Amino acid sequence: MKEIKKYNYPIDGKYGKYGGRFVPETLMSAILDLEKEYLRLKDDQEFKRELDYYLSEYAGRPTPLYFAKNLTKKVGGAKIYLKREDLLHGGAHKINNTLGQALIAKRMGKTRVIAETGAGQHGVATAMACAVLGLKAEIYMGEEDIVRQKLNVFRMNLLGAKVHPVNSGSRTLKDAINEALRDWVTNVKTTYYLIGSVVGPHPYPMIVRDFQSVIGKEIKSQIMKKENRMPDALIACVGGGSNAIGTFYPFLDERKVELYGVEAGGYGIESGKHAASICAGNEGILHGMLTYFLQNEHGQICTTHSISAGLDYPGVGPEHSFLKSIGRAKYVSVTDDKAVKAFLELSKTEGIIPALEPSHSLAFAIELAGSMKKDDLIVVTLSGRGDKDVQVVADYLKVKI
Amino acid sequence: MSIKETFIRLKNKGEGALISYIMGGDPRPDLTIKIAKALIESGSDILELGIPFSDPIADGPTIQAANLRALKSGITPIRVLEMVNQIKDYHKIPIVILTYYNIIFRAGLENFFDKANKSKVDGIIVPDLPVEEAQDYKLIANKHGIDTIFLASPSTSTNRLRKILDYTSGFLYIVSLFGVTGARKKLKRSTIHLIEKISSYTKGKIPLAVGFGISQPYQVKSIIEAGADGAIVGSSFVKIIEESIHDENKMLNNIRRYTNELKRATIFEDVKSLSQ
Repeated sequence: MKEIKKYNYPIDGKYGKYGGRFVPETLMSAILDLEKEYLRLKDDQEFKRELDYYLSEYAGRPTPLYFAKNLTKKVGGAKIYLKREDLLHGGAHKINNTLGQALIAKRMGKTRVIAETGAGQHGVATAMACAVLGLKAEIYMGEEDIVRQKLNVFRMNLLGAKVHPVNSGSRTLKDAINEALRDWVTNVKTTYYLIGSVVGPHPYPMIVRDFQSVIGKEIKSQIMKKENRMPDALIACVGGGSNAIGTFYPFLDERKVELYGVEAGGYGIESGKHAASICAGNEGILHGMLTYFLQNEHGQICTTHSISAGLDYPGVGPEHSFLKSIGRAKYVSVTDDKAVKAFLELSKTEGIIPALEPSHSLAFAIELAGSMKKDDLIVVTLSGRGDKDVQVVADYLKVKI
Repeated sequence: MSIKETFIRLKNKGEGALISYIMGGDPRPDLTIKIAKALIESGSDILELGIPFSDPIADGPTIQAANLRALKSGITPIRVLEMVNQIKDYHKIPIVILTYYNIIFRAGLENFFDKANKSKVDGIIVPDLPVEEAQDYKLIANKHGIDTIFLASPSTSTNRLRKILDYTSGFLYIVSLFGVTGARKKLKRSTIHLIEKISSYTKGKIPLAVGFGISQPYQVKSIIEAGADGAIVGSSFVKIIEESIHDENKMLNNIRRYTNELKRATIFEDVKSLSQ
């Protein structure tokens, strides 16, 4: 896997032909500064110690690798392990990244932090990191998402963050990123843009991947302790793809470990109403990166659909496009229907209510496990807990609460 | 007449260039041609025609809305290129295309520039394409005889400016401020300083045109006096279109009157001082 190794530090931000820095000139100096600062901090012992402190004492790392005995028994195939990122502070893996980047912002002397959010999980995690580190947080969120995730909007307010509703375009995550970029162009001297996934211009996909790789590193040592061997397959959901890259990255060189990224199939790929960028998109350029996008023949970016706001993005992190291109990871899609079924299944069999995002991974894992041998091992990254989705699922099932 | 020749001709006359921007297909394709003619006949020296994109991250609310209206009208990138040809049937001034990189990338570089060349496009501006990513783009555009106009901003270092000057042709587009497109009432002193700083590197090499926030005749006059060779005005034209969307005559009259005012502001009052 010589080819993969070199993307530890992608020169010019390129993963193969994917990635890059397609941003207005005004932002170039800011992303070059950030790259320089990050490369310095990455190996700074004091920075590492500080981040480790907040990850363990504040966010609750390490998270358990839980053997889902009941689910395994019910499916009757491979052993299913769950990486419990849902147990982190804030209820999702997002805090791994926001603590890291907020610490960078502080080191760079920036006092104002902006972020985009879809489901609101990244917004909440940004608000938390900023509150604890004494930074001012302003969050851009599409009006459509504000309606879908009211609870998270209030949580952000409680945490002292200001939420800016975005009413341009499709009023979802894509447009929240557009608006955050417009803010950044205007206030670049004082403001740090804290991107929430492995997307955007270089160095963001690299930085976010590095901070999220704590997930895969822990899986590696935990599965060795429990099973004394590597897993056969890793499964994670992919919107922008940060929990998936964080899960996959430490395993890229373990060639026998199969990697599966699960995209949001919405009403089904054939319906055209989905968010499966890698499975059904084309190469394009937006938000600073060359990667797969859902777009029309003229290059206009499509609006997407998924029951889970966190996967509702028309693009995907460039490193995923690269992993697909070399065949190292496989990408599949799961519909709203199947995701909700898996959501209900895990709630009943294991007493864990998963977020709708990893419910997509679970649905695929249940299928895959059934086709595998009993001593095979699967790890599913449970990227968040489902409290935020309870209303959405109730509506979906036409239950009044 | 090429972009370069246009700037030389204007300089000899003691004038700066008025570069006027509208969005292709806003509000309707047939109207774009009429608006373009009005802009040219009342004094625009270079026309900048936008190809709409779903996610215009460098644009403020006014031009964002124009993108949406144009997309709604059903206009395609190829159709905007064809409009250039149509306008050139009447007027020979340079026409520059402005769009985001995905539009070109999706069409394919070779294909896009081949079509642009056949439509007599003179130059192209892509606000989300920095020089780091522009090697193939520049090569192919120049091969098809199309100028690649790059942007420099208040955050551009001297080192980067040198690199940008290697890549830009036709003119250098100075982004006047930190921010997105959109009319501003005032002209910042920092804009004047920026023009003075950058012109010390570009004098005699390549023309400078200043855009973002330029909407008033006095702003045009100030930036030309500070050493810019041209002023780029976009959002105020788009605003006129938006405000008189149901009244074509009023729209065209207002466009003519406003263009006239802006053009007058590009003319040096004392031509002699210029030739010294």
